[in-house]
Amino acid sequence: MIHPTPPGTRDILPEEMRELRALEASLRAAFEAHGYGEVATPTIEYADVLRRGDERYANAAYRFFDERGDLLAMRSDMTIPIARLVSTRMQDEEPPFRLSYIARAYRAVNPQRGQMREFTQAGVELIGAPAPDGTAEVISVLSAALDAAGLTRAVVGLGDADLYGQLLVELGVQGEGRDRILDRLATHDLVGLELAVDEVQDLDSASRATLLALPGMRGGPEVLDHATELGGEAVERATGRLRATYRSLVGRGVADRVRLDLGLLRDLGYYTGAILEVYDPALGHILGGGGRYDSLLGRFGRDLPAAGFALYLERLHVAQTEEERQNGGTS
Amino acid sequence: MPRVVDLTRARSGGPLKLALPRGALWGDTLDVLDRIGVGTAELRSDSRSLVFESNGVTLVTMRPSDVPTYVEAGAADLGITGKDVLLEQPDRIVYEVLDLRYGACRMVLAGRAGDNALDEDERRLGAMRIATKYPRVAERHFEETGRRAEVIEVKGSVELAPLSGLADGIVDLVATGRTLAENGLEVREEIATCTARLIANRVSHKLRAEEVDDLVERLRPEGR
Repeated sequence: MIHPTPPGTRDILPEEMRELRALEASLRAAFEAHGYGEVATPTIEYADVLRRGDERYANAAYRFFDERGDLLAMRSDMTIPIARLVSTRMQDEEPPFRLSYIARAYRAVNPQRGQMREFTQAGVELIGAPAPDGTAEVISVLSAALDAAGLTRAVVGLGDADLYGQLLVELGVQGEGRDRILDRLATHDLVGLELAVDEVQDLDSASRATLLALPGMRGGPEVLDHATELGGEAVERATGRLRATYRSLVGRGVADRVRLDLGLLRDLGYYTGAILEVYDPALGHILGGGGRYDSLLGRFGRDLPAAGFALYLERLHVAQTEEERQNGGTS
Repeated sequence: MPRVVDLTRARSGGPLKLALPRGALWGDTLDVLDRIGVGTAELRSDSRSLVFESNGVTLVTMRPSDVPTYVEAGAADLGITGKDVLLEQPDRIVYEVLDLRYGACRMVLAGRAGDNALDEDERRLGAMRIATKYPRVAERHFEETGRRAEVIEVKGSVELAPLSGLADGIVDLVATGRTLAENGLEVREEIATCTARLIANRVSHKLRAEEVDDLVERLRPEGR
């Protein structure tokens, strides 16, 4: 008889589990080697706690009432639970805090396209260390984790979450026009972006050119010079932040792994400043992401700068398999 | 033997892979490729093969509605398909990089000419009965205009639905309007204008940026 599991969930059998555990062990060792102690938090949280971190938690995949009538939700990442943990359980301790996790999370995704509703994230949070050095430390741990997973060709995209918000303020674009432009950027719709920009009244041609050119600017540090040439205070500030982070990355010897990307925009609400995405040439999907969230801890009553990343464990495993296949070897 | 890691860490695997739509956009797509120096003689003469190599690009051919699937998964780096296909698959995570501007069509709501069944449905029954190959486009259109519709998905000739009484109207893509007229249908509302679009895989767009941008610039329609 066939007894199904809910959509987007699955069983794992020993052969796969052995490989996943080996991958977890190498990631855990990399986190520990950088001084990031592992924590665990409950899979379920009060929905109010999650919503305090990100309004969009209203869309959590699984929500339900407990026997007292309290609304609970399955966590959709570990960043918000760890923000809660740091501001409650560690309130007497002195920052910075270096924490890591390998944990399951839950999202309401369409399970037909390789994305699961239940999945495992492996990542770190560095709390109490500001940009640029805190960001660079997180990226160097990320780089070590990718190496530990055998993904030596994987690349980290580094962008700035505040760039477009600040730029649109500077250009005086507000209301629907602003929302439309940010939506087109977040959905990678560059054709729609051009239409949205053209709909804005009284935009001079230099500003129009800046808004259309920035999303395509990605590559080495020369990208920052090209962007600065476009002019404007918002671009100047964002490239300044990125330049400082990049300099710190050079000092740590991990800059060659990083591609600067002014088109990057992540869809979570809590990011401020640097944002990250992880790519591997063997896989068409992103392996993970992260960035700075300097205002998140403040929402839980402990105002500390913070940054982190999360890798999707199952996708890392797929990328490992693909890399082995493309290298013509089976290890 | 371990392969030498190349310095750019570019996405591996030789030439860029471009997914091409067989069907209505096929002819114009081949003409555009010829114009930018990607020869298509082989594609024109061989209708059986699915994969072709031409001037440094791998061309893979498929149904237009499959193009976003291949590009999202990274099985193709780039693809050409209609905006109608993208509108129907809004949750695909791909870069829409270029409006190629050929293959222009209108997505419309059409009803039987000289017949007010659509309006009557809405007035008396609270919902229109609409047949379409684009259920998500149709549902979104009625939602955005504050109306309700009973959307019936069909796979074949959608014009048959109002003729046989399955539905009172259709949401469909119209190029010249001749098929509508021949079946006694007329356009009631225009929903969107659809042209051919170039889309890119999210990872290829980052890891093969120079090659992708180069192809985008070559494909960019003139006059803008």
